[in-house]
Amino acid sequence: MSTAELFSLPFMQRALLAALFTGLAAPAVGTYLVQRRLALMGDGIGHVAVTGVAIGLLTGTAPTWTAVVVAVAGAILIEVIRDRGHANGDVALALLFYGGLAGGVLITGLAGQNATKLQQYLFGSITTISVGDVLVTMALAALVILVCVGLSPQLFAAAQDQEFARVAGLNVRAYNLATAVLAAVSVTVAMRTVGLLLVSALMVVPVATSQQLTRSFRTTLGAAMLLGTLASVGGLVVSAYASFHATVAPGPTIVLLSLAGFVVTWPLGIWLRHRARLREPFPILAPDDHATTAEHPHQHGPDCGHLAVPHGDHVDYVHDGHRHAPHEAHYDEH
Amino acid sequence: MSVIETRDLTVAIGGRPVLRGIDLRVEDGEFVALMGANGSGKSTLVRALTRLWPLTGGSARLFGTSLDRFHDWQRVGFVPQRSTAASGVPASVWEVVASGRLSRRRLLRPLSRADRAAIRDAIEVVGLADRHADRVSQLSGGQQQRVLIARALAGEPELFFLDEPTAGVDLPNQEALARTLAELKQRGATILLVAHELGPLAELVDRAVVMRDGRVVFDGEPLDDHAVHDPSLGDPHTHHHHDVRRRADHIPDIGIGPHGQRGDRR
Repeated sequence: MSTAELFSLPFMQRALLAALFTGLAAPAVGTYLVQRRLALMGDGIGHVAVTGVAIGLLTGTAPTWTAVVVAVAGAILIEVIRDRGHANGDVALALLFYGGLAGGVLITGLAGQNATKLQQYLFGSITTISVGDVLVTMALAALVILVCVGLSPQLFAAAQDQEFARVAGLNVRAYNLATAVLAAVSVTVAMRTVGLLLVSALMVVPVATSQQLTRSFRTTLGAAMLLGTLASVGGLVVSAYASFHATVAPGPTIVLLSLAGFVVTWPLGIWLRHRARLREPFPILAPDDHATTAEHPHQHGPDCGHLAVPHGDHVDYVHDGHRHAPHEAHYDEH
Repeated sequence: MSVIETRDLTVAIGGRPVLRGIDLRVEDGEFVALMGANGSGKSTLVRALTRLWPLTGGSARLFGTSLDRFHDWQRVGFVPQRSTAASGVPASVWEVVASGRLSRRRLLRPLSRADRAAIRDAIEVVGLADRHADRVSQLSGGQQQRVLIARALAGEPELFFLDEPTAGVDLPNQEALARTLAELKQRGATILLVAHELGPLAELVDRAVVMRDGRVVFDGEPLDDHAVHDPSLGDPHTHHHHDVRRRADHIPDIGIGPHGQRGDRR
């Protein structure tokens, strides 16, 4: 089958659309979760959504909608437990992890369904997605993206410093709840693409990758959305080609591709931060004594190869543990 | 009309009275230092005045309006006690400062020209114009503290609450802070500064209020750092005093005599 034929298949087109929207929406919410150091919240909600899917299977209603309802309820519960301080954020998450997964498996059994049906939701089945599901995915993802980008000043401030935001007159509790609900919605959106057990990867890994290279929140958010899209669409295409030779599931391919991006960027990020720290200007203090260097065999200059660090109104050249500043015909030891 | 006025203000945390009978007035343009030992309640008072803690009794007014009916939060700038301005995701200095402008912004509106000018001005006042695009987490602790002050400044408030801005900050940064606060004072801002020690901020202070164990024990002329820790104000902190006499009246008598033998009294 040629490339053109592959992309002209209706199920492939539906899958590509779902992957595109999921890849944009999941990292958008994920950025706010990582900012609030709740990177595992997506996992917690994902586990709760398993129960939602099972309820759908038991009652014969669409599992997508029961998953949305139960995931939103679970997310609000996590947020309330966290906010009221009855348990730590991570303990609240852990409680829901276990309850959600156990409940889901139990109810699926009660519904008389076998594990294969549930597995579609646990690990994704993007190529079996129906037209209706694609439309729902697109609508929910668009909602998530609009809120995450449109309310970004408020969501950023509430996550950055709760106390400051409250004194500034922001309803922080409402914005925290909104973040939780958005996370729940994007979990169910990504459920068909990468599956409930891997959903958090698409929310967190692109953010972790982009923040290796970025300095501001806005570029982190934008780059994470771009990386998420590249990973989800790219992963789908890779798995489609690979499936001519072996059984390659799209969900895990997307997650592994995303992780590969992190593995490549991580050393680059370490190197960039190290470099920035070396070039940090030296503090300006009142000069004390005038220490000059001994005979200096080397002429420092802009391209002399030594690290040049700003120091007030001049530049110090760093080499072999010294900081040399040009002064008249000699160098000062700074 | 006083900018801050409290009458018999009481705060209880978890049912235990923490602040008791606080009567405090701060007039327009005053620079007041709220001092006292750790645990004396000075931060709690600021948190009560910014509505982060509910009052359990008494009353408080900001700009003449009772605290529970006060909505003009853009007139108030708050610098919380923080060791860092960073969070889980990178944020630039400009972005953190810009978040201080939120109290004057409407939902879903882009930044106006006035917003941008206020943000730029705030960053310049704290002397970080050359670092505005840098990651906040890459700045030193003192520089991050200056970012937090710029964030409060960006909202162009008239009243500032600063909670321990000099704690753990090196001397050059404390001096930069002092320059910033001098500039604010000159612009006519009212400042309530919580501090354990004033350092280079001392010369800016118009009035000192000293707290001990949840009450105001001194309110008047600025004190130097030594006088605040005077035993007559009940401050047990003696870490830089020469006269270190332990008061032994709370040490239980366990009946050990001069030779360390029990039962001497028998």
